[in-house]
Amino acid sequence: MSTSPADQASPAWVGNAVLPLLNLAAAFAVSAIVIWLLGADPAEALHLLIIGAFGNSESIGYTLYYTTTFIFTGLSVAIAFHAGLFNIGAEGQAYIGGLGVGLLCLGLGGLPFILVVPLAILAAAAFGAGWAYIPAWLQAKRGSHIVITTIMFNFIASAVMTYLLVNVMIKPGQQSPETREFETSAWLPLAHEVFGALGIELGRSPLNLSFVWALICCVAFWVYVWHTRWGYRLRALGLNEHAAVYGGVAPARTIILAMSISGALAGFVALNEIMGVQHRLLLNFTGGAGFVGIAVALMGRNHPVGIVLAALLFGALYQGGSEVSFEMPALTREMIVAIQGFIILMCGAFENLFRRRLLALFRPRAAMAPG
Amino acid sequence: MNEVFLIVVLLVDSTLRVAAPLVLAALGGLFAERSGVVDIGLEGKMLAAAFAAAAAAAVTGSAWIGLGAAIVVSVLLALLHGYACITHAGNQVVSGMALNIVVAGLTVIIGGAWFQRGGQTPQLTGEARFAPIDLPLAVALENVPIIGSLYSEIISGHNILVYIAAIAVPLAGWLIYRTRFGLRLRAVGENPAAVDTAGLSVSALRYQALMIGGVLCGLSGAYLSIAHNAAFIRDMSAGKGYLALAALIFGKWRPVPTLIACLLFAFADAIQVRLQGTALPLIGVIPVQFIQVLPYVLTVLLLAGFVGRAVAPKAIGIPYVKER
Repeated sequence: MSTSPADQASPAWVGNAVLPLLNLAAAFAVSAIVIWLLGADPAEALHLLIIGAFGNSESIGYTLYYTTTFIFTGLSVAIAFHAGLFNIGAEGQAYIGGLGVGLLCLGLGGLPFILVVPLAILAAAAFGAGWAYIPAWLQAKRGSHIVITTIMFNFIASAVMTYLLVNVMIKPGQQSPETREFETSAWLPLAHEVFGALGIELGRSPLNLSFVWALICCVAFWVYVWHTRWGYRLRALGLNEHAAVYGGVAPARTIILAMSISGALAGFVALNEIMGVQHRLLLNFTGGAGFVGIAVALMGRNHPVGIVLAALLFGALYQGGSEVSFEMPALTREMIVAIQGFIILMCGAFENLFRRRLLALFRPRAAMAPG
Repeated sequence: MNEVFLIVVLLVDSTLRVAAPLVLAALGGLFAERSGVVDIGLEGKMLAAAFAAAAAAAVTGSAWIGLGAAIVVSVLLALLHGYACITHAGNQVVSGMALNIVVAGLTVIIGGAWFQRGGQTPQLTGEARFAPIDLPLAVALENVPIIGSLYSEIISGHNILVYIAAIAVPLAGWLIYRTRFGLRLRAVGENPAAVDTAGLSVSALRYQALMIGGVLCGLSGAYLSIAHNAAFIRDMSAGKGYLALAALIFGKWRPVPTLIACLLFAFADAIQVRLQGTALPLIGVIPVQFIQVLPYVLTVLLLAGFVGRAVAPKAIGIPYVKER
């Protein structure tokens, strides 16, 4: 009903750029109506949001810090989407990735920085991938539905981390469930420090080296998905399982591999939050980033370029949103949560709402001929 | 002996209180999923209904109007889910997820703007709440050993929504297994093409199923804010919608096993509250998180076929597109 003939007949940029923008515009229109109903001025809110997100180097730093986390979770959800899997578990995988990073930094944090960073990347990837591996294995080998298992694994991850932080890893003699602080060699350098050393003054922000790693992951994602045989198998499986199996793709292995990569990407959130900012392991440091990843992947059409743009949008919403709520008390941080929901609704659930009409509009005349 | 008996009675009593909203929501999900529509939006519908109930009850002072508002809001959300997934063949998981997130944000914002209490609604008293109902003879029998306390503590003394939840299970079973509607509902979840061939509307059946689900989630949400508690607080569903979903799967998409799963999960919760910090003989202190996580672990094991086997309705999650 939705895709086939119309899609092929109209130019690719309509489906890849115009349609998502239209869906996004619809989401913002709904949000504007809500803001207006609350008695606030949507135009003023937008103005404050943009200033709050991009007004000066400090706010840009914060925006990019949020963007970093959302790139990781967006890529995580996207690679699973390419394999036809819906990973709702990025939240839990990121949380467990934090456990890996935390354990490593607590244990080996005294090593030189140049050694700690690659080890931490490996630890984040291994723990995140490990947590995704179980639902993947259960889906591939036992046929249990990945959506349900990953939801359950989010709750299990949360309970495991609460138990560990409250009972095991807590810094002795302390009330709040946090570990001790890592040695400074396990801290990722902050952008304003690095640029400051080079003589460029930037405002203080939590933006750190993990942003660069996020961009590297985007390139690696692009190469992997579109330019390797593994990526080909993954996409083949996602597009048509029967055809993929007929073509020699082993579905179980591909599912497990895709989900493991997905978990690893989610685990990298910990690099930004734990090594970059908090410098210790603490409760709920993921703060719903895994769910934002769903919105980012849907909006970014599962492509790294789109994901970076969508992550930037959400980074701006999170950073600018706190400025807005400061000036306009009616618009609390939950407004951002609602907007995020509207975006998932319009870009995801209602993606077919405008599709047929829009694509028909751009269809070449010849293709239209016989009804 | 007497003390042990009392503890058991209290445990069962609190199990019922925790289970009631789970049962209602899980049955709501059961109708939706049996018709072939994934419903991970139980959480959102519960939360929205809880807010609507508390807000309407606070404004009007009537629990019944609150209940009505809860049902209306929950059904509207169910219809939105249907409009995305049935009419526009959208992804059902994405739609449910989106609704959950929208509701998590909107309830706090609207509540904040409306009542100026940071997302909370005013405390409800008197007629604005569903009070416990003392069944006939409950007071008179209270002092009769065993039977008296069984009757007055466990069977009597709940609010009306608990009794509705209790009736809803056989009612749902009857509707699904004993009526023409139920047969069609099950068929549309297993093989929509066959239902279509028989000249019935797949869309209409699925919309009906979602609306029944909406009503049940409305009851469930109202239970949270105007029966069990006396106000709406932010995120008050706190994962109960997902727990209901787990119970539904654990109950293999059938009413009575779903009820048993809800009771089991609720009993685990009651035990956990009871045991907090208490050392058991031989085992020692069981960490709270261990018991909290039990329902989710059990559901994963069941889905994987390690304990029994849960087979989902065959057409679940697949939008039905008429052949042309």
